[in-house]
Amino acid sequence: MKELIKSLRYTFLALLASLLVGAIIIVITDIDALKSGDFGKAFSTVLTAYKSLFEGSFWGLRSISNTITGTTPLLLSGLAVSVAFKAGLFNIGATGQMLAGGMTALWVGFTMTGPGWLQVPLAVIAGAIGGAIFGGIAGVLKARTGAHEVITTIMLNSIASFLVLWLLKTTTFQREGRPDPISKEIADEAHLPRLFGFMDGRSDLVAHAGFFVALLATYGFWYLLKRTTLGFELRATGLNSDASKYAGMKSKSLMVVAMLLAGGFAGMAGATEVLGTYGYASTSLAGNIGFDAIAVALLGQSSPIGTLVSAILFGALQAGGRSMQANTDVPVDLIIVLRALIVMFVAAPLLVKAMFRVKTQVASQGQTFRGWGG
Amino acid sequence: MISAEQKKRARNVGYGYLGLAVITLVIFSRRPGDASFRLTEGGFSLTLPAQQFAYIFGIVFVGLGAAQLWRGLGKVSNIVLALATAMFVMSFLSWATSGESFSLVGMLQDTVSRSVPITLGALGGILCERSGVINIAIEGMLLAGAFTGAVGASLTNLWFGTIIAMLTGVLLAWILAVFSIKYRVDQVIVGFAINFFALGITSFLSFRVLVPNPDYNSLVPVMPISVPLLSKIPFIGQILFVQTIFVYFSFAAVALLTWAMYRTRWGLRTRAAGEYPKAAGTLGVDVIKLRYRNLLIAGAVAGIGGAWWPIGTVGRFDQNITGGRGFIALAAVIFGRWHPVGAFSGAIVFALAEAVRLKIGNFDTGIPSEFLLMAPYLVTLVVVAGFVGASRSPKAAGQPYDEQ
Repeated sequence: MKELIKSLRYTFLALLASLLVGAIIIVITDIDALKSGDFGKAFSTVLTAYKSLFEGSFWGLRSISNTITGTTPLLLSGLAVSVAFKAGLFNIGATGQMLAGGMTALWVGFTMTGPGWLQVPLAVIAGAIGGAIFGGIAGVLKARTGAHEVITTIMLNSIASFLVLWLLKTTTFQREGRPDPISKEIADEAHLPRLFGFMDGRSDLVAHAGFFVALLATYGFWYLLKRTTLGFELRATGLNSDASKYAGMKSKSLMVVAMLLAGGFAGMAGATEVLGTYGYASTSLAGNIGFDAIAVALLGQSSPIGTLVSAILFGALQAGGRSMQANTDVPVDLIIVLRALIVMFVAAPLLVKAMFRVKTQVASQGQTFRGWGG
Repeated sequence: MISAEQKKRARNVGYGYLGLAVITLVIFSRRPGDASFRLTEGGFSLTLPAQQFAYIFGIVFVGLGAAQLWRGLGKVSNIVLALATAMFVMSFLSWATSGESFSLVGMLQDTVSRSVPITLGALGGILCERSGVINIAIEGMLLAGAFTGAVGASLTNLWFGTIIAMLTGVLLAWILAVFSIKYRVDQVIVGFAINFFALGITSFLSFRVLVPNPDYNSLVPVMPISVPLLSKIPFIGQILFVQTIFVYFSFAAVALLTWAMYRTRWGLRTRAAGEYPKAAGTLGVDVIKLRYRNLLIAGAVAGIGGAWWPIGTVGRFDQNITGGRGFIALAAVIFGRWHPVGAFSGAIVFALAEAVRLKIGNFDTGIPSEFLLMAPYLVTLVVVAGFVGASRSPKAAGQPYDEQ
């Protein structure tokens, strides 16, 4: 709980600082206002933009629902990067693992028939397995041959995207009568239940039970790290692989396990997107989520609670950013800048301390991953 | 002494040759017909019977595999590996293009041109990491350089645009330096934050500023320059010496960095700071200053690499125009084991994959095109896993230096 409060406090201050910088960026890029010298207009743009950013993320049921929908895949794929960091590995491959998991979940989703309470969990598990197998490839290659995971996961991302493109054009997956790569829809029973499904006539509340899957996975990650031997061993190899080897841990198998877990989390992210958000798969299934996931993990310092907090923050920014773009002429890409600034400010506590004159212990910065070496 | 690891690697290479033999004999020999490669712009072309060609190469691969497994190829094994890769690519191309005409020289020219940002990005990575700072921010430096290069060149001229791009790279590198060297923030976190910042700010500005003002984003890119005499060499001349100034700059940068890294005092100090900064510091090297300087140079090099997009090829900036090439550059650094020439060859391999990918989609081979498009990445995966293996990084890369 103490950890949570500390994490929240830092993140909040960093958010404030980055909103400040964001406001400056909005003002100085308002070319028309600058030309006419109308600064009042530029400042009112900032106010409306931030107002709709906030309203779009937390104000009202619909905004909260959008935030939850955005948070779910970010949290799960953020866990995929975090668990790899914990073991000293840099997983850039969440995108590919998401695609793999999404496709296996999709396949279960439209081929199986049966009651929903059976089909949904099976499809999610299938997604986790699909992602785990795909993530495991990088782990096995690293353990057996020493091939660096940064190279292999980047290559596997490209391979996965072409594989999905091909699969979506096969008769098994492609929707009938469609020339473009888009999949069949999953069975009605295979949909993750909508969280606000009990409210009649609110089809705009799209949040789905994938959020609970993500929360459960976060708890699982926490339990693994804090309560199991495997988690201890993963952390030990991550911190010092030589020492852990000396203590009798099998660092090669641990690498494989870490990548299997990472792939499993990312695979669940793909599964919840398919089963909850879309109901089908397309080539843009994973989007930029695998990349954003790295920022989520870095901001959360790879801890379960930190990852949760930063995923919610990023999900909220995403939902708010859309409504900001719709209501003002400020592009949604501002939120990528805000995210970068937040990560920077959180990573540099000295800077935030100087800005807000906070008196807190500066957390010592650890290595995110074990350098480049084998 | 040959270690067990090396023996294992040699064996893998042997199996690799046998694998290539199987692929060539089973798949590439399936299509009769002639593949015709245009070797010059003028129309001189080489016509190869795809099927016979595949049989010959397949048998050569079997021979190589047997030789490698039996006694190893010793000193020449790297050259043989390069030649075998070239042969395999040739038989792949003649299989894929059989019955059609195909401009080999055009594709290779394209490869060399596309290698520029990857090479320069990778050199930026090497400059940082050899002195002990991990540079994940290559992508951000390339992207920001591409943006400011496009705007600078549109508003003034191409030279000024390139210089602005370079300075943008330096600015980002300075941020990386201040945070990672002075404030000792985790280098990976700062690097990634810079990537995100560059992606966000360039996308934001291109919507908010460039879209309403199209004249800020339109320029005429540089033309290729033919080097006198050298460009007259048949085949090679066309590929290497009828290129833009960016290509010549990247050649020069690779040569210069290789020389500087291994033949000058600066290079020795850089490597010392990356391997064992405490020792270097004890002997009077100002590690902090050295790292600062190397990072700024790296930013300049990567910034020029970013300018390649608007000024070297397409003539404009588009959102996320680099498309992850900075990460490919990172892979090239690891692939080339932190050596400039190694990274350059890595960049050529990745650029070739891209050039082949752009060409090959048009050919009908009976195999779904997605698998052909995937092939270069699969090959890279196999090469890295089987032949390159673990690469040793500069020991101190990633650790902040404590001056005491």
